[in-house]
Amino acid sequence: MSGSTLGGYRPGSTVLHRLRPGAKLLGLLLFGIAVIAVPGWPAAAAAVAVGLGLALTAGMRSRDVLRAVAGFIPVAVLLFAFQMWQHGWERGVEVVGGLLALILAASAVTRSTASDDLLDTIVWAIGPLRRVGISPERVALAFALAFRAIPLAIDVARETRGAARARGLERNPRAYVTPFVLRMVAHARHTGEALHARGLGDEEQPLMRST
Amino acid sequence: MIELRAAAVTVPGADGLGAVQVLAPTTLTLAERRIALIGANGSGKSTLARLINGLVLPSSGSVRVRTDEAGAGWLDTDRDGARVRRLVGFVFTNPATQLVMPTVIEDVALSLRRAHRSKPERIAAARAVLTRFGLETLADRSVHTLSGGQQQLLAIATVLATDPGILVADEPTTLLDLRNSRQIGELLLGLPQQLVVATHDLELAARCDRALVIDGGRVVFDSAAVGAAATGVAVSSPIAIGAEPAVARSTAATAPDAPGTGTAQSGAAAAVAWYRERA
Repeated sequence: MSGSTLGGYRPGSTVLHRLRPGAKLLGLLLFGIAVIAVPGWPAAAAAVAVGLGLALTAGMRSRDVLRAVAGFIPVAVLLFAFQMWQHGWERGVEVVGGLLALILAASAVTRSTASDDLLDTIVWAIGPLRRVGISPERVALAFALAFRAIPLAIDVARETRGAARARGLERNPRAYVTPFVLRMVAHARHTGEALHARGLGDEEQPLMRST
Repeated sequence: MIELRAAAVTVPGADGLGAVQVLAPTTLTLAERRIALIGANGSGKSTLARLINGLVLPSSGSVRVRTDEAGAGWLDTDRDGARVRRLVGFVFTNPATQLVMPTVIEDVALSLRRAHRSKPERIAAARAVLTRFGLETLADRSVHTLSGGQQQLLAIATVLATDPGILVADEPTTLLDLRNSRQIGELLLGLPQQLVVATHDLELAARCDRALVIDGGRVVFDSAAVGAAATGVAVSSPIAIGAEPAVARSTAATAPDAPGTGTAQSGAAAAVAWYRERA
């Protein structure tokens, strides 16, 4: 299984699974505001505890939690070192802890919410924008494509690096960056064709045949 | 029912060296239930397949489609784009590019967004589709974790979920192993929809009701007009083929739309044999 960061949904029946997706998104937003607005390292530490609690409530095991934050660790180390050097360790804990808490809370949301439900919520939330000519369906589709593109890009990156290594070119960035970019662009074009063929980008007109 | 009238496709050449003709002006009426397009890589069969649902628009001429339903009118791929896409489903070679949602059932549900506004209805309909294709046990699986055969089966399911009248498939079995390509082939041939399949799988092509051989952007052999077989000359236009006296009339040419007949094999087989000889 590839690192499907955003495709992390697992069906379940936890409290978070049963909560409405809109409530979860709103909660995530408020949590984000609170984390940024409340200063001090104890608050950040508390936020991490809350985030961890949410992740565990959503049914994530310690292994899942580690996987969710693994990508953040190198950034966290650098960020912490920089903040400590500039402002002291308290500030380092505050900044890194806040981000960690948000990553955990967001993982809990994706873990417990099917992306179809998320899309429905997004469509509902931006519904009023229909009046200014924005199609909520299209925005939702763009989100779905972004969800899908991230794990795919990771797969493609691994494959192109493997191919470069097989030819002894692992130290030449051009040998894997170029094919990576070309393949992603090709993938984007093919996906566009497929969406087009499925009629997903078409205007919502009531022209349906009576089938 | 698909109709091409002098439909041609040209694309701007590389380095501005004039236009390249991908498909010569082609006039065809495709009425048989199962039609195969065969030919080498780059022969233009994918372009021909893409013309049918409007993924590629003709540079000149026109392409029109319609179903047999009473009262169904002709739809032009250029003018009635959205309605053509609803009528003509399209299956690609690589299912990975076609599946956009994280889980199996969500991808089917995405196809059904237009038909079912309410979410519970949509999920129920999506489950019914999965059951129809024997995929119900995979409903909550991540799309990435499916095997190639399962992915292609799912891709076909997502396209057929909206019940299109015509299905076009562009090399649907090329990436699959023998067992899976047989399974997908069986499925495609057994569909009630009109099927147009571009393929390198000559076994599959031979079992269709009609086969067209494409070479250099032209239809060079049409099993529905076997007259050309006797001359063995690459004929530029199927009209010319049709105008020649048929030496050995194929059975498929005389039995269009025969549902589920086991005898309608030899028509396409003539084209396959012709193609094999020259490959």
